[in-house]
Amino acid sequence: MNIPAELSYTKSHEWVRTLPDQTVEIGLTDHAQTQLGDIVFVNLPQEGDTVAAGDAFADVESVKAVSDVYSPVSGRVVAVNEELLDAPQRINEAPYEAWMIRVEVETPPQGLLSEKEYAKALEEEA
Amino acid sequence: MKLIFEKSREGRRLSILPPADVPHTALPQDLCREAPLRLPQVAECDIDRHYAALARRAHGVCNGFYPLGSCTMKYNPRIDEEIAALPGFAGIHPLQRPQTAQGGREVLSLCEAMLCEITGMDAVTFQPAAGAHGEFTGLLLIKAYHEDRGDMARTKIIVPDSAHGTNPASAAMAGYEVVNIPSGTDGCVDLEALRAAVGPDTASLMLTNPNTVGLFDPNILQITRIVHEAGGLCYYDGANLNAIMGVVRPGDMGFDVVHLNLHKTFATPHGGGGPGSGPVGCKAFLNPFMPQSCLGGTPGEKSMGQVRAFYGNFAVVVKALCYMLTLGAQGIREAAENAVLNANYMMHGLKGTYDMAYDHICMHEFVMTLDKLKKETGVSALDVAKGLLDAGIHPPTMYFPLIVHEALMVEPTETESRETLDEAVDVLIDLAKTARENPQVLHDSPLHTPIRRPDEVRAARSPKLKADLP
Repeated sequence: MNIPAELSYTKSHEWVRTLPDQTVEIGLTDHAQTQLGDIVFVNLPQEGDTVAAGDAFADVESVKAVSDVYSPVSGRVVAVNEELLDAPQRINEAPYEAWMIRVEVETPPQGLLSEKEYAKALEEEA
Repeated sequence: MKLIFEKSREGRRLSILPPADVPHTALPQDLCREAPLRLPQVAECDIDRHYAALARRAHGVCNGFYPLGSCTMKYNPRIDEEIAALPGFAGIHPLQRPQTAQGGREVLSLCEAMLCEITGMDAVTFQPAAGAHGEFTGLLLIKAYHEDRGDMARTKIIVPDSAHGTNPASAAMAGYEVVNIPSGTDGCVDLEALRAAVGPDTASLMLTNPNTVGLFDPNILQITRIVHEAGGLCYYDGANLNAIMGVVRPGDMGFDVVHLNLHKTFATPHGGGGPGSGPVGCKAFLNPFMPQSCLGGTPGEKSMGQVRAFYGNFAVVVKALCYMLTLGAQGIREAAENAVLNANYMMHGLKGTYDMAYDHICMHEFVMTLDKLKKETGVSALDVAKGLLDAGIHPPTMYFPLIVHEALMVEPTETESRETLDEAVDVLIDLAKTARENPQVLHDSPLHTPIRRPDEVRAARSPKLKADLP
């Protein structure tokens, strides 16, 4: 399973990348996309929306099911990856490039998992 | 197979439509089409063959076993169709003067009384056209009640994570915020999670009981009490009523509003053969907010308003009433008991071969998890489902509930014989054997159906929604 060392993770299988301007990018992990199978639809928030840590901010639909995507941080959405609306398969093809939203965070994210901790969480789940 | 539009030939006609028995009235010009509607022009023989060909390519309860979990695909008795086709019912018009439609009114009123007895409710509306429409109606009813009391703070609907997808969808459509609560390890409502979720913002809890994993929640009285003490109402999703009808009543469990699926529990056709009917029942204190009386008439001052024209799908109500009258009170109870017996019989037959998601005595359906099989052989729940198609069996519900990995949810219903159940168990055991010995066979299944494996991904990503006609 591909788990890049430079990212942070959540138990609900989102990844978080802190960009140089301190905004964060959020996407779905390789494990999540494998579990979901072929993603056929993505529902994203709009620029300017606020997100709260622990709340669903988007949903992804595969041929099997619809699943919520939870925000690991609280803040304001400053960019949305609209490419995913037309090409949801990008999440399957390159999960760590297919960011969903960029958020200007209110407070630094807390309780995120490191690469090693996330790998361990996956083992426990299996 | 050709579309009926492709069989169309200019000028070809048939005579099955009767001549109009009312005078023609000219419509205002601005309401008329500029060009005639492009309807297929075919002979009666073409239509007959077209629908016969479609029927051959489909699978219904008349073709074989249909254990589609949560859908209650029971046999639809012929007598129900015959009664609904009686000229007095088939030719009735909703705008007929009531004194000329007393039989129709009696059907509605008798059916209401029987459904009230079965559910423990005090009134029923037949307007909703199907289950999800019933949910939407029930939630608007709850909203009308809270708003009438001036309690505008109740903005949330609590839904367990094992719920049918329609529950959160209906709640969102009714303008509510959905609060998901996790299930306990036994698949039932986690009481602590429920206590933590309820409050002055709780409008209602939505619940099926037995739940989607086929278990009767033993804490049901506590669950409804917790919600009521917080000032919320309790909504019963009738999807799984088949397991308990004539045995226990949602009204006695503490529920205030229910919707029923006449097309599931009361044996009227569905899954292409509908239409459905999703009547909503409520306790007396909610009756003033109902769309209108089941006999029509002027809605009350506090009514939430009508959700559909007239009396709903009346012919479906006739069929459901006929079903209840045929079975009688004892028969209704026996149907539920046999539904539970059949599910347990099948589950027992499969236990040694497949892992059960919850190893309890089940209600009318049970959930298998093929997680281990998939890890060991690469054969998924989808592959096994496709394998069943070649055996002439409609697959169980797949990948639901979401809380179970590689789920297959089996609901045999009471109308299947022991022989049919034995046969299905043997087929499933054979498929598990094939999975271990020659998994590729199942990856390639089905081999003998009119269409093999549709490309579900492409169909969802780039759906083609209209035909390219010449």
